[in-house]
Amino acid sequence: MVGWKSLTRNKLFWPIVALAILMLFNLFFTPHFFRVEIKEGHLYGNVIDILKNGAPIMLLAIGLTLVIATKGIDISVGSIVAISAGVVAMLIGGDLKGVPKFPIPYAMGVALLISIVAGCWNGLLVSRVGMQPMIATLILMVAGRGIAMVTTNAMVVWLYAKPFAFLGQGYWLGLPFSIYIVAFLVLLTAFVTRRTALGLFIESVGINPTAARFAGINAKNIIFGVYAFSGFCAGVSGLVVCSTVMSADGNNAGLGYELNGILAVVLGGTSMNGGKFYLLGSIVGALIVQTLTTTIYAFNVPPEIAQVVKALVVWIVCLLQSGKFRSTFAAMFGKRELSV
Amino acid sequence: MKTKSIINSRDIPMLVVMILFVLMFGVGSVMFRGFFSMQNFLNLFIDNAYLIIMAVGMTFVIISGGIDLSVGSMLALSTMVTSSLLEKSHWNPVCVILIVLAMGVALGLFMGYLIRKFDLPPFIVTLAGLYFARGLCYVVSVDTIAINDGFWQTMAHGQINIIGNNFISPSVIIAIVVLIAGIFISRSTKFGRTVFAIGGNEQSAVLMGLPVARTKVLLYAFSGFCSALAGIVFTFYTLSGYALDGSGMEMDAIATVVIGGTLLTGGVGSILGTLFGVFIYGTIQVLIVFQGTLNSWWTRIAVGFLVCVFCVFQRILESRGTKEKRKDTSAKAEKTPVKG
Repeated sequence: MVGWKSLTRNKLFWPIVALAILMLFNLFFTPHFFRVEIKEGHLYGNVIDILKNGAPIMLLAIGLTLVIATKGIDISVGSIVAISAGVVAMLIGGDLKGVPKFPIPYAMGVALLISIVAGCWNGLLVSRVGMQPMIATLILMVAGRGIAMVTTNAMVVWLYAKPFAFLGQGYWLGLPFSIYIVAFLVLLTAFVTRRTALGLFIESVGINPTAARFAGINAKNIIFGVYAFSGFCAGVSGLVVCSTVMSADGNNAGLGYELNGILAVVLGGTSMNGGKFYLLGSIVGALIVQTLTTTIYAFNVPPEIAQVVKALVVWIVCLLQSGKFRSTFAAMFGKRELSV
Repeated sequence: MKTKSIINSRDIPMLVVMILFVLMFGVGSVMFRGFFSMQNFLNLFIDNAYLIIMAVGMTFVIISGGIDLSVGSMLALSTMVTSSLLEKSHWNPVCVILIVLAMGVALGLFMGYLIRKFDLPPFIVTLAGLYFARGLCYVVSVDTIAINDGFWQTMAHGQINIIGNNFISPSVIIAIVVLIAGIFISRSTKFGRTVFAIGGNEQSAVLMGLPVARTKVLLYAFSGFCSALAGIVFTFYTLSGYALDGSGMEMDAIATVVIGGTLLTGGVGSILGTLFGVFIYGTIQVLIVFQGTLNSWWTRIAVGFLVCVFCVFQRILESRGTKEKRKDTSAKAEKTPVKG
């Protein structure tokens, strides 16, 4: 059974199994879950919706994966989403005829730039000042919502500029356009981290920063870089969120995304203790999170209660990842602990 | 021998925060008429009674080197359960208070158990706790529940006169009792000293034979108790329960603790400092109200900024402290006569 073993050893195996079980559950209990129709040349259906609605979380998860690989955490991503959405909305402006105040590419560029600056701020606090990632990003998590509210003058800005809607609502070759953005970003990140030594550098910083430094890796710059990149990913996610609903709400845009993002990464097999990371795993993780959300909605449960379920899943996944829990569990069943 | 300086370097954060408070209150008094009054000072207590209670619990957690992000949602859950039990089930007020407090302790115990038993990072466990409690709020009710209970009304409108025409509310008495209890526990009980020892160095604390395991679990239970009590006091203040109460309040609590001179790395801190942290937080709010044109969201930004400044300040003090220690030991090493 060599083939089976190498299959289960593959880090993508368990996330995909989890996704498959969730899908199977839906196959039996949610009517029409897998029905895909073609309307106006686009594909429609629950499965397509999962891809489309999951895009913002997938985008976040790419950046978060690298941050978590360095044994860090970025809980400011939700607020950066709100800032990015707020900035792009204010620059395009709520003109009823859909005439943008500034050119759309310019507005998107500025929003991304500000998101990167926000990420750099986090990176600066963590890598140079030496603050714990948790606290450093907590500052932006809360202050960022304030900044988002101040950018939009504490109002919900509605947009009517048609071309901008393509980002989050448009279809290309029958699939939602946002999926191509995700695919592009994943491929780019995978290429940069796997085809160069950068990925190894990130992992080594996560496993042991001191050893990495002695090995000649500039740990500070790596850490700074991953936070900046996480800010960028959150910024892209913010653009997609804003374009999907064509409005920017400083209070609610990206609310709770940090938990969903972390959940996606952790479900994907990347450990909270840093080290090895799995980009594709995170994408599968994000799909699991989105499928879970969709399933909960399909049962007519209020969306807010989905948080309870997600919180439970986080606790369970954390337990499964904890070495202590595994050994206790193994001891309970009389198995000998595997030597690590 | 170096002469002992009058000010211990450990007291510097405490002194800075006191001076900052006096300075801010002074600036307000000069800028705005009617700012400098006994009642305005007492209002800091009245408006922030719940925050004082919550921050006392948070101080203990942070001194131990942990963090509790669930406090804000815990407060909301506590307001929801209180109002729902009072108004929908018409329970006895004493029963309600006991049940809500027990609930806070239970959730805290659960999270503490996960953190302690399975070595999970506190922030991820309590982050999930944040969403868990917030989600449960919506299970109770999505709408605001007003409280008309007689006991609550007396607590809300009660005024206790002190010195002339100035008054405080009954909540302030509760806050002060919690504060004094906190100071007593931190200074004069085995539990309190163990918390400091854990924050200083957990392994040393274990080797010293201190009950680290029990203390760590109780710590989070205590924090849960404080945030549940804070929730009850919050309902005395608002006379209602709402699922969105206290969103972002975890940051306020952490902010006040950090501003009050407690080190985020653990081991150093004081409850009294936290009180001054709350004062500074309250003064910022009052200043923004008096100023009149600024959006209330600026409070968030200002607090985030202050936390940042204080964290950087802490880091500088810390690195100076270690340098001094190194100098001291090397100086001693030089002076020790070599036996030959």
